[in-house]
Amino acid sequence: MSVLTAVRDGGIIAQRNFTNVRRTPGALVTGVAQPIIFVLIMAFVFGGALGGAEYREFLIGGLLAQTLTFNSSFTAVYLAKDLHHGIVDRFRVLPMSRVGVVLGRTWSDLITSVISTVVLVLCGLAIGWRATTDPLTVTLTFLLLLLYAFAIAWVGAVVALTARSVEVAQSLGLLWLFPVCFISGAFVSADSLPGPLQGIAAWNPVTAIATASRQGFGNSAPAQFQEAGGWPAENAMLYAILCCLAIIAAFAPIAVSQYRRISKR
Amino acid sequence: MISLQSITKSFGTFQALDGVNLEVPAGTVQGLLGPNGAGKTTTVRVLTTLLEPDGGDASIAGHSVRTQGDAARRSLGVSGQYAAVDDKLTGLENLTLVGQLYGMRRRAAKARAQELLEHFRLDGVPMGQRAGSYSGGMRRRLDLAGALVARPPVVILDEPTTGLDPRGRRDTWDAISALAEDGTAVLLTTQYLEEADELADSIAVIDGGRIVAEGTPAALKAQAGGSHIDLAFELSDAVPAARAALSRIGLEVTADDLSLRLSATAPRRQESLQAALNALAEAQIEVVEASLRQPTLDDVFLKITQRPAGVRAVEGSATGPSTQHFDAPAREEARP
Repeated sequence: MSVLTAVRDGGIIAQRNFTNVRRTPGALVTGVAQPIIFVLIMAFVFGGALGGAEYREFLIGGLLAQTLTFNSSFTAVYLAKDLHHGIVDRFRVLPMSRVGVVLGRTWSDLITSVISTVVLVLCGLAIGWRATTDPLTVTLTFLLLLLYAFAIAWVGAVVALTARSVEVAQSLGLLWLFPVCFISGAFVSADSLPGPLQGIAAWNPVTAIATASRQGFGNSAPAQFQEAGGWPAENAMLYAILCCLAIIAAFAPIAVSQYRRISKR
Repeated sequence: MISLQSITKSFGTFQALDGVNLEVPAGTVQGLLGPNGAGKTTTVRVLTTLLEPDGGDASIAGHSVRTQGDAARRSLGVSGQYAAVDDKLTGLENLTLVGQLYGMRRRAAKARAQELLEHFRLDGVPMGQRAGSYSGGMRRRLDLAGALVARPPVVILDEPTTGLDPRGRRDTWDAISALAEDGTAVLLTTQYLEEADELADSIAVIDGGRIVAEGTPAALKAQAGGSHIDLAFELSDAVPAARAALSRIGLEVTADDLSLRLSATAPRRQESLQAALNALAEAQIEVVEASLRQPTLDDVFLKITQRPAGVRAVEGSATGPSTQHFDAPAREEARP
């Protein structure tokens, strides 16, 4: 089974998924509404106490990291639906790549992440956030975010392939997001967390993505925030890229081997 | 073309397949007949590489489903019990997708899809109508068309006509016969004895995870003995009384179910029927319907498994009246 077949079949499946999304636009409502809701809550419920306009500038990088992480739950749900509603059985009796179905899913779910990112950026612009760096850096930062969305979708795929039903995939796919997104430097300075949580937050990939996008967009933290130190914070861009690659390297093989193992259940 | 050797598969403590052997040559239709839970779908799932067997092996066009799954799938077309079509795609898009995943180029896949839509009379629907709004019969036909996209030498059909109306069933039958004429090896599971009788060159009866009988429809019917008498009664206490009366004159009563009906062997055909009616008249049992008929596969099934088709044995064991478990709804399903 060559890489070429995997890419070709992944593309065919992704195209099928796109058509599905286009014909059920209602499914995108969550992808659009969720970032808006989080912007409103974080910027105006908590933001006033955390530094007002300064905090709103700081916030968007964190929200981008959190929203893209949350989008992996869409991958979990859509893949679980395909698995449990018979269509994957149809694919599994075809002489197609064993990687194709999952790869197609993680690709096509990027469309949701692109939409979420656009919505977040528009919301950010509305509340006073700006990117102050040069266009090339801004572009590269968006590409990093896209890479992260692709990487984190593989975690959702593993959830879908491990869960025995759509309902389980749905709840499991959401459950892990809360500790991972909030024990991080996405919304506060990682150094303000107590004891062991501080270490976790410092090395958390969500922190890396949040910090890297703040750097990439030229956003600074509110004055009263402690400056986060340590290697991951000082090399946020590099560490963020390494995180994405590590997530793919860890979760893609698990997803593929789980897909192959379906026949042993 | 299709070969199963000593396939075993268990789910927990339930032995779903207990050493299944079967050979299907090219150009023939093999019927796999059995009640619900007998192992038909498990056999299909093993053959189509969806499920790995615990023991034994199966091959599709010479390719092992265990070690050469990809080559086996290349030679295989499958249509399942539950139509696996994408509701959000049109019929054309569904079939084109399948063709592309068989490795066809988009244009070729689309042309083949169009051809199949015409063949299965699915080309009449408005362009852009999605499979989700198809009727049950149309979905089944679309799924069947999906099995044929790559013109595979082996086609496996799991209860292809369950839930179809008579017209849909007839169409599907025609399509299956045409496949075998073109040299395809077809394995067909069904609960409908009539369907196996109509289509299959050879029938294997599966029960409790084992093949309990195999042969041509004619040979299996011969095994069930000669003609049969069918009788229907109006009162429920007439059934045991009639059973006793017919036994007294030496007829073997072969079916006795809850539907106030009874079958008996008729070794001397018309004479036996006459004798049976006389015996019933003497015993003052009122008969509302009486007929003489050739043996059907229902009789075969009864003879082999000691219970009517569609009546499921208690888990694991397939014999003996003491383990019979009457499952009335399943009994009804077994009749088309």
